[in-house]
Amino acid sequence: MSNYSIINSRQLNYKNYAVRNILNIFLTIFSGIFTIITVLPLILVLGYILIKGGSQLSISLLTELPEPPGDDMFSGGIGNAIIGSIIVTSIAAVIAVPIGIGGGVYLAEYSRGGTFSKFIRFGTNVLAGVPSIIAGICVYGSIVSSKIIFGANFSALAGGIALAILMLPTVIKTTDEGLKLVPDELRKGAIGLGASQFTTITRITLPAAFTPISTGIVLSLARAAGETAPLIFTALFSFYWSNEPSSLLEPIASLSVLIYNFALEPYQAQNELAWAASFILVFILLIMNIFARLLGRYAPK
Amino acid sequence: MLPNRSDMQKAPIYKMTPTMKIKNQMIQELKTCVSMENVTISYGKQEAVKNIFCDFPNGEVTALIGPSGCGKSTVLRAINRMNDLIDGCTLTGRVLFDGVDLYKPEIDPVEVRRRIGMVFQQPNPFPKSIFENIAFGARVNGYKGNMHDLVEKSLKQAAVWDECKDKLNESGYSLSGGQQQRLCIARTIAIQPDVILMDEPCSALDPISTLKIEETIHELKKQFTIVIVTHNMQQALRVSDKTAFFNAETKKGESGKVGYLVEFNNTEDIFNSPTQKSTQDYVSGRFG
Amino acid sequence: MRGIPVSESETGSFSQRKRSSSEKLLDKSFKAVAISLAATVAFVLFGIFLVVFSGSLESIGRYGTEFLFTSEWNPVTDKYGAFTAIYGTLVTSLLSLLIAVPLGIGTAIFITEDIIPEKARYLIGLMVELLAAIPSVVLGLWAIFIMEPFLRPFFVFLNNNYSWLPFFNTEPLGPGMAPAIIILVIMILPIITSIARDSLNQVPIKLREAAYGVGATRWTAIFNVILPAAISGIAGGVLLALGRAMGETMAVTMIIGNSNNFSWSFFSPGNTIAAMLANQFGEADGSQVSSLMFAALILMTLTLLVNIFAQWMVKKLSLKY
Repeated sequence: MSNYSIINSRQLNYKNYAVRNILNIFLTIFSGIFTIITVLPLILVLGYILIKGGSQLSISLLTELPEPPGDDMFSGGIGNAIIGSIIVTSIAAVIAVPIGIGGGVYLAEYSRGGTFSKFIRFGTNVLAGVPSIIAGICVYGSIVSSKIIFGANFSALAGGIALAILMLPTVIKTTDEGLKLVPDELRKGAIGLGASQFTTITRITLPAAFTPISTGIVLSLARAAGETAPLIFTALFSFYWSNEPSSLLEPIASLSVLIYNFALEPYQAQNELAWAASFILVFILLIMNIFARLLGRYAPK
Repeated sequence: MLPNRSDMQKAPIYKMTPTMKIKNQMIQELKTCVSMENVTISYGKQEAVKNIFCDFPNGEVTALIGPSGCGKSTVLRAINRMNDLIDGCTLTGRVLFDGVDLYKPEIDPVEVRRRIGMVFQQPNPFPKSIFENIAFGARVNGYKGNMHDLVEKSLKQAAVWDECKDKLNESGYSLSGGQQQRLCIARTIAIQPDVILMDEPCSALDPISTLKIEETIHELKKQFTIVIVTHNMQQALRVSDKTAFFNAETKKGESGKVGYLVEFNNTEDIFNSPTQKSTQDYVSGRFG
Repeated sequence: MRGIPVSESETGSFSQRKRSSSEKLLDKSFKAVAISLAATVAFVLFGIFLVVFSGSLESIGRYGTEFLFTSEWNPVTDKYGAFTAIYGTLVTSLLSLLIAVPLGIGTAIFITEDIIPEKARYLIGLMVELLAAIPSVVLGLWAIFIMEPFLRPFFVFLNNNYSWLPFFNTEPLGPGMAPAIIILVIMILPIITSIARDSLNQVPIKLREAAYGVGATRWTAIFNVILPAAISGIAGGVLLALGRAMGETMAVTMIIGNSNNFSWSFFSPGNTIAAMLANQFGEADGSQVSSLMFAALILMTLTLLVNIFAQWMVKKLSLKY
């Protein structure tokens, strides 16, 4: 190694033809291609929804009722489906959010790692993995076919319950995890002052975990609003407005079921309405998703 | 390694003929292992250390000391281009290793790290067996030979063989913190670098482990050039031949501190007769 | 007055050094409510099992294990066997997993390494998460009208040139297993990618530095140190994706063709349990309902097994570091 400056310089240089360098470049390019393949479907799907759905955007689309299939010329609007989706998702939220937050509070604040809480955690994971179609079938089997709710069979309420089953594990998990992020000092501080556990939770820890919990709830609402499978046997579909209180006990339209039904119709006008509904649905869901993310990012600490 | 390096260092220079000048320059070059010429390192737009000139001598232990936040670790990591892993970290000036600028575009940082090994602040064995921890680096560096011999030799050199010899197939994390750090030293020795950088290698360890590591450093000094960052002045005094004292000051109109080299000299001189007041203050424990 | 001792005035006395009985009651009842809300999960889960199980009793009694291995599905003769649907569920989910796993992990590596600027990485990560937010039914619509017609020439090519393979030996005419597999890939890719990304991000920097410190190249570090350290999380994500693929309903039912005639060919219409449920449950009655419930029970058991296996795997594979 004497006189080694010169040798050194060459040894330290990047060697274009070294096997490891070629392999590295090759693998880096490959992972880049994989990334493009992963992202491409989003661009294509959004692009087509924008072209085929966005181009149909009009006031009448948003305010009119859909026409039953058969008329090849005119398919109407999706007004009742937009309202219906909002109603059904709201019912789901009213059921799942309090139950989920309560369950999450129990897991994070009360449980001490006993068998019961282990079982609930496990059950939450299992429930999160239950296919959405099964939730629909179960609500059909237990609520719709038995007409247990005021004698109604297919109804907005039944649809909301089915969606609530899907939302529940997500809300529990985000509450549980959000509360665990709250520093223990805060909790001890409150309890050390002589505050009861109820006060500590409702006044200190839950408000401190507000951001992650609400982010999780908005995301789970967005998922529920896009679900179709739990609704096709529970909320069914309707070609009419659901504007009276009694409508909750009747079949109700929703954007996702409208897309499903009309996509499979042989008529072009109906297919186009499905595209238009997709545009509106995806637009709403993306707004909700981005809103949830901004909530997490810019919320006051 | 260079067997005749020390002979050349001792060669007396009486008259400076042109040939001797060249020779002298070569000797200087051989004496110096890593040299920093006007090095400034920034994270994004924020300068971390500024205008460092410093020659780390061959075959000796150099300690970098200074208060926290003065950029001594940043300087250390610049020597084997570890800062490349940090987003937005840039360096201006030249870092010469045996006369080669390590930041020339044609230099391969991977090659640099194979010649300049590093021991980190936190013991960081791979989540693999003790044997694999050492064999991995050797294999990466294309080692051909008896792997068992290499593992044994490296572990012995790092003074951790006795603790490891019966459990080579157990995870590196089954060892205690001090043993893990010596495993990491063994891992670095195994790839036979020219220089070993140590970034506060004892800061996470208890006093007894620290002492053992220091003994190991004394052994390693015979074969490697060592640059060690430490916040412990006693340690610098115990292990190093040369010491560089860094300090940091807040510049007007800037938020963060900018580090700079205050004084670089033989360790004895730094501790006994520093030329700068801030060095005096620091080594006498008045701040930092 | 909710328990925090409050002074009544600046110099006043504490009125609640002793907790009032109403406050104690509130505290206790709040806890009781929380416990019962948590128990709802168990109740719902138990209810689902009960409904599906009791619904399928008739069919279990009549067909037993024969149900799993016969593929005749005939409401006219009242003869039911779910083999085609079970086969379709397993084949579509496993094949889509096979395609999606390398793509997803490759993408996750690409956006956790410093190959491209941080902002671009964040943008890609966001796009992956937005892809996950697109509803299944919209992807189904897109699959019917855009994706399948676009891919058909490719399927025709495979059929023309490799029809000696039983998997390619029918003519692609539209809906079938192949487009269903592709749409499943699109649906589970975001799951695998984002979970793999999170797992890779959780690998401590010190391990990455250790690998680079001994002179490893980027991909040596990835394959030998970083991926093994993240493997438990990634495996969990992959199994989660498998569960999703098995239970995925809308997009699959819209594109798979919903045929219970068994065929080896990926180009002929097939079925999955979830697709069959979505397609037939509405019009079914009598023993067909019971058979569908039986199929649902099988699907539930499969996803449950995958879930339990996932949790076991994550524990088993996690390395200490």
